Amino acid sequence: MSSVPPFLIFLAGALVVPFLRRVPMVRAAWLLLIPVAGALNLWGLPEGYQLQYEFLGYTLTPVRTVDRLSLLFGYLFHLAAFIGIVYSLHLGKGDRPSVQYASAVVYAGSGLGAVFAGDFITLFVFWELLGVSSVFLIWARRTPRAIAAGMRYLIVHVGSGVVLLAGAMVHAHGTGSLDFGQMELRGLAAWLVFLAFGVKAAFPLLHTWLVDAYPEGTPTGTVFLSTFTTKTAVYALVRGFPGEEYLIYIGAAMACFPIFYAVIENDLRRTLSYSMINQIGFMVCGIGVGSTLAINGVVAQVFNHVIFKQLLFMSMGAVMYVTGKTRASDLGGLWRSMPWTTAFCIVGAASISAVPLFNGFVSKSMIMSSLLEGHHYWVWPFMLLASAGVVEHAGIKIPYFAFFARDSGIRTREAPLNMLLAMGIGAAVCLGIGIWPDLLYGMLPYPVDYEPYTYTHVLTQIQLLCFAIGAVAAFHLWKLYPAEIPSVNLDVDWVYRRGAVRVTRWTGSVVAAIDGVFRGRVLDTVDRTLRGAFRTHGPRGILARTWPAGSMVLWVSILLAAFLFLQFI
Amino acid sequence: MSAHLPILQVVVPLLAAPLCAFLRNARAAAVIAVLASWATLAVALSLLGDVMSAGVISYEIGDWAPPLGIEYRVDIVNAWVLVIVSTIASVVAPYMITSVEDEVERRRIPLFHAAYLLCLAGLLGITITGDVFNVFVFLEISSLSAYALIAMGTRRRALTAAFRYLVMGTVGATFIVIGIGLLYVMTGSLNMADLAVLLPEVWDSRTVKVAYGFLGVGCCLKLALFPLHLWLPNAYAFAPSAVTAFLASTATKVAVYMLLRFFLTIFGAPFSFGVMGLDRVLLPLALAAVVTMSLVAIFQVDVKRLLAYSSVAQIGYMVLGLSFASVTGLTATLLHLFNHALMKGALFMAMGCVVYRIGSVHIDAMAGLGKRMPWTMAAFVVGGLSLVGVPLTVGFVSKWFLILGALERGWWPVAVVVLLASVLALVYVWRVVEAAYFRPAGGDEGTREAPWRLLVPTWVLVGANLYFGIGAARTARVAERAAEVLMTGVGP
Repeated sequence: MSSVPPFLIFLAGALVVPFLRRVPMVRAAWLLLIPVAGALNLWGLPEGYQLQYEFLGYTLTPVRTVDRLSLLFGYLFHLAAFIGIVYSLHLGKGDRPSVQYASAVVYAGSGLGAVFAGDFITLFVFWELLGVSSVFLIWARRTPRAIAAGMRYLIVHVGSGVVLLAGAMVHAHGTGSLDFGQMELRGLAAWLVFLAFGVKAAFPLLHTWLVDAYPEGTPTGTVFLSTFTTKTAVYALVRGFPGEEYLIYIGAAMACFPIFYAVIENDLRRTLSYSMINQIGFMVCGIGVGSTLAINGVVAQVFNHVIFKQLLFMSMGAVMYVTGKTRASDLGGLWRSMPWTTAFCIVGAASISAVPLFNGFVSKSMIMSSLLEGHHYWVWPFMLLASAGVVEHAGIKIPYFAFFARDSGIRTREAPLNMLLAMGIGAAVCLGIGIWPDLLYGMLPYPVDYEPYTYTHVLTQIQLLCFAIGAVAAFHLWKLYPAEIPSVNLDVDWVYRRGAVRVTRWTGSVVAAIDGVFRGRVLDTVDRTLRGAFRTHGPRGILARTWPAGSMVLWVSILLAAFLFLQFI
Repeated sequence: MSAHLPILQVVVPLLAAPLCAFLRNARAAAVIAVLASWATLAVALSLLGDVMSAGVISYEIGDWAPPLGIEYRVDIVNAWVLVIVSTIASVVAPYMITSVEDEVERRRIPLFHAAYLLCLAGLLGITITGDVFNVFVFLEISSLSAYALIAMGTRRRALTAAFRYLVMGTVGATFIVIGIGLLYVMTGSLNMADLAVLLPEVWDSRTVKVAYGFLGVGCCLKLALFPLHLWLPNAYAFAPSAVTAFLASTATKVAVYMLLRFFLTIFGAPFSFGVMGLDRVLLPLALAAVVTMSLVAIFQVDVKRLLAYSSVAQIGYMVLGLSFASVTGLTATLLHLFNHALMKGALFMAMGCVVYRIGSVHIDAMAGLGKRMPWTMAAFVVGGLSLVGVPLTVGFVSKWFLILGALERGWWPVAVVVLLASVLALVYVWRVVEAAYFRPAGGDEGTREAPWRLLVPTWVLVGANLYFGIGAARTARVAERAAEVLMTGVGP
């Protein structure tokens, strides 16, 4: 069988989806076939496969010479797409299945296209396509909030693509080549490209689109959303800027600031979104370190993160699907009705918290170790703090509020079979890699000489976890008190211990206030500019009015007079 | 026969026009119009082929030797523009048959086709001739017939729009003829090649500079450079759909060609850029056009008007390329002539389909059309993407060269403005897409897809948008050679 570009299978497969509207069974089979066929194709790619063609005197490389980095992302995306598709097989008439399926498949395909892109133009095309295709997964929910959030999301991503293109053009002009490879963060071109990557990777201050849009997606859509966009950006950073020192600090900031938000956030899917930024922070930090251990750690973390984050989003999606709610304060006590979902969610939570024997552990400790090996002692404690934050907000808060806590009285049924199946696959991968890390290590870009299960690693992590588990225990004690405490604030106390309560809350509110003012200012300026533009450019504005012939001619004479005047002086 | 190709280019439509008028039969007239348009395309293509391989073709009308006699002179530049005009004509002409039956009074249809053919003949004439007074004559032929075409629009405001265009067009033509007159006074010649040789001797004279001013303003008026564009939005908005599609993709392009010819061939690049500082005059106007007109387009509610304002912005891009005063910049201009003709042609034709079915292109009337007229709206989407400059479409190719041109001059801010303006274009295209695909359909339930007689020509242009966007090397090579010809002045 001859090989085709990896993205082509997905894009071509998506084209067929709308025509299978009337035969749901065939459609389901077709959808499942796409990632399977894609993975087989990827597996069968001959050594040194690449695709090139000439365009306006430049060499474009739609498929770069396949290397281990691209290949790992490629397999990961196939796996994630497969899980996501299984998870969304139940979509019925009211969910706009054709739109959701087709856009999800195109979305996955554009992610694949981007990680195999060998030049900037191809990267740009898929970069834009990622944004444009995924927005339908948000819009498919059809609430006014979702439509507005989707619009903002689209604008940000199209903007990021334009910045990328601008950078690419400056780069091409400077170097005469469009090849995408490692760059040095010097000069306009590199900065523009860096900025474009940063927007998609949700760098601090550029991150608002993520927490704005992801919680508004459909239950199934968010599972896809959590996989491709940011991970493509991480891939691009690994490819383009490994070892760039700024990334260490950016990553540290990304890992730390969202924990304040995640703690005070009530919407569980938004909590997960903040936690996602925190996780990407670890990856970005690792890219900044840039050693082979760090890069291996980052790539491994990406792989694991995609699986457990998907698992968590799937469990929350399942809750949302059966109850229609995602707010912590509305949920609780669901474990009785949804035992399987609860179990899977706990696996996901354990993985994200990096409990030994779960996959998060085997990759996160690589990044942490690389920080120490690289002598970044200043950053290490912050990352530790961030790890503690993860344990709290994602590892404990999510399962606790959804499935245990105060019984909300909701009695419902278990999630549909396909959802459970998808979560089961995810959970199995989490456990499998956690127990046999060599499965993953064997696929990493560099040879791995790393043993996760050493005395120090395990001990550090166990200490961290004990702290959190102690918090939960105390929390239960506290709950015996009759006073009704707003659930949102409770966890703030317990993670940052009693003495730190005020500091935490204060920090959270200050960050929120600064963010609020900042965003308010920007929105205000945008608003004022728009109004100003409307005054002059709107239908009645001076620039758009229908002018009488006289004043048109006046303009002509003015221009002629100006022209002649300039000649005579 | 092939020796007489240059004259055939003009004579075929010119003679077909009265034929249409005399026949008084709508169908027959339409067939003649289509056949004549196709004939011009065949001629133009073979002329381009000849010029590419054999160099400049000079044709002496009535065997009167230039510079006294009228010479038709074809080089790569005008062969290229001839191809643009005749391509659009051959796609629009079949489209016109159905579209016009719906929008124009039946007894006027033969006259309509006659006017269209005259307009085509005029545009081709302006492009092919090597004689400046001949330019003026053909300019009048094309303009007068264009006024008549616009005035045939369904709404009464078409009349006032046509009248305003007439006033402005006449002013422009007058300026041009004044400029030509002054040049004649100074050199005693009307032949372009001859003028180009004679003019450097009298560069310093004030008269030449005044002539330059009159010609410049006259051309800019015809090509609707901001702020001389005021006639255009209404003329495009109220003209019959097919006329808008035709004029928007040809008339302004020919005016741009006229400007290039006057400034770069006759006066020469050294005079224009060196002595007169043309680049510095055009740059701010072009940028203003790109930004303000895109903004205006965002706020329009009539989609044809929206596209008309977008045309003014796009003309800004073409002039911008000229203002870079480099081969790359001119390549961008010449490419965009072709590319913009393809995209605006496709977009206006898609709007013609909408008019055919629902009688309006108000953005609210188009709510939910994505479901009812999928092919039409898909055409609009692809055309719109091309307008924005998405890769794989022709729009991207133009923007690419334009930005390269800006970077070559080291004008970063200009490149940034071009990119930002693409985002503005995305916004106004998006408004239509949003209405068509995301708003619930209102109004008539029974709206059907447009007939294939309209869809096929529309999709031919849409396909061309993609075809020449992916295989851009072909067009880019021609444009680049044409740009070199323009920058180096008259060839041997």
